[in-house]
Amino acid sequence: MVRSPESPVLSISGLVKDVGPLPTLDGKMLRVVSGLSLVAERGQVTALLGANGAGKTTTIECAQGLQKRTHGSISLLGEDPDTAGAGLRSRVGVMLQDGGLPPSARPIPLLKHIAGMYQNPWPVGELIDRLGIGAFSRTSVRRLSGGQKQRLALAAALVGNPEVLFLDEPSAGLDPQSRQLVFGLISELRNRGMGIVLTTHLMDDAQRLADYVYIIDAGRNVAEGTVAQLLQHPLPPDAGEQHIRTLLFEADPGLDFTGVLPDGVDVTEARAGSYAATGALTPADLAAITAWWAARGIMPRSLSLEARSLEDVFLDISGREIR
Amino acid sequence: MTRDSAALGSAPSGSALPARPLGGAPAPLLRRIVLQGRYETATMLRNGEQLILAVVLPLLAMVGLTVTPLLDGFGASRINVAVPGILALCAMSTAFTGQGISTGFDRRYGVLRFLSTTPLGRTGLIAGKVLAVLAVLSLQVLVVTAVALTLGWQPDPQGWAPALAVLVLGAAAFTALGLLVAGTVRPEATLAITNLLWILLGALGGIVIPAEKLPALLQSIVHFLPSGALGQAMRDAFLSGSVNPGSVLVLLLWTAIAGGAATRWFKWN
Repeated sequence: MVRSPESPVLSISGLVKDVGPLPTLDGKMLRVVSGLSLVAERGQVTALLGANGAGKTTTIECAQGLQKRTHGSISLLGEDPDTAGAGLRSRVGVMLQDGGLPPSARPIPLLKHIAGMYQNPWPVGELIDRLGIGAFSRTSVRRLSGGQKQRLALAAALVGNPEVLFLDEPSAGLDPQSRQLVFGLISELRNRGMGIVLTTHLMDDAQRLADYVYIIDAGRNVAEGTVAQLLQHPLPPDAGEQHIRTLLFEADPGLDFTGVLPDGVDVTEARAGSYAATGALTPADLAAITAWWAARGIMPRSLSLEARSLEDVFLDISGREIR
Repeated sequence: MTRDSAALGSAPSGSALPARPLGGAPAPLLRRIVLQGRYETATMLRNGEQLILAVVLPLLAMVGLTVTPLLDGFGASRINVAVPGILALCAMSTAFTGQGISTGFDRRYGVLRFLSTTPLGRTGLIAGKVLAVLAVLSLQVLVVTAVALTLGWQPDPQGWAPALAVLVLGAAAFTALGLLVAGTVRPEATLAITNLLWILLGALGGIVIPAEKLPALLQSIVHFLPSGALGQAMRDAFLSGSVNPGSVLVLLLWTAIAGGAATRWFKWN
């Protein structure tokens, strides 16, 4: 995918963030982010992919104005988040990693309260319907499940009808149904032109949702590109036989592949009509899927077989040692 | 590539959101602050433990002081000496202990960070808290006054204006101190510190029991404590209709110092 020439919603250049002084480092400062740059566009999901502690949350918190950067420049909708006021904050929605919702609050009064902070908020009832919040509307935040909390936090981030949406680990604690619901809404909002910036340590999230991925390691961006571009990252010289393969193809949206491929091969539709089948694919599996297409008269618009998943690329780039 | 909202299949509940152009605008500043003040007031009033601290304990203390000889010897009835200090105690309950604890836990749960990303912002958040303290304090004054009048309280009519002004100043000093504690230590520590200080200052800080009745060692220092200054200024107002400039100065200094320190050292996460 070509990055649009339109002015980006978020542009970070040479971001450095030191924290401390820390007693565990003999009172020295710890450099959490060191020279990170990225750009996020309207109508795209931009993912910051990295292990825990890579500096993803610190980076987006600097962009949200929640943390002051040490060096570098950040432009969010053309403004500096450190000095911007309520005008900028009303155009940006934030879902924090820990939710940030008061434990004693009940979902509907809380959403209505937050809606009151905006001139033309998104009607709360529409968000409640779309995110299935009605089912737990009388339960206080502290008694909600992880998935319910995440859905409520997403509604709270959206109630101002933002142009930019920040999601810090949006799939944390999501059950499969909530995940489907949340991912569906993220795609829907992206398609309406919202610029969405999310962090994740899950390759699957990035592969399913992201238009553009920045791989973050030890406070820097070590690789970037669309998922397809990253999958073409050269193999390291010591790479052995790759058993996991990904079949990428484009066809009509909404196809149901249940029963066509064996268990262990996971088919996802990252965007409408854009499919990825990942697993230990065999020649017989390829025969099965092409036979299924033939029986239904389906001709894929594109078709490619990748020897690796994003996870392999990630590990090749950021190293396989445990840290 | 089609940009179809059917990506990832349809959601299990709810259909696509109705079309709406993106882009928000903030509600006016005053409206945001009033909304936040109202929300925090409702939260405080729903909290049973806080209501005990805010209303029940001060009323019990008031009754206790009228049936014991602790406040004898001031040339005024026990109830007339007791009530101004009880109102001062109410300010300390709500502004320092209640507000401190709720802010400490809001900080732990990320509520302060989330709200500061909305148009409310950090300034609006603090302003909303101050408003909530004043709203709850107003209700406390109404309840305590009503009970005190039935117990025979006879305030100097000239005392109301200076007393209420001093009470607001005292609430400002204690709000600043409560925010300073809540913003610098863990919420469990805030809970312990603000409750312990409430008991210590309530009993020995010159707030309900005038300095003259305290051990000699304490007498010289309580006038410089926010509790002692507020208690003394309230008694001067309601017993003789006068303003105590020394106490007002002490409260102003505490407000400025604690407010400055909270601004400097408050950690939002």
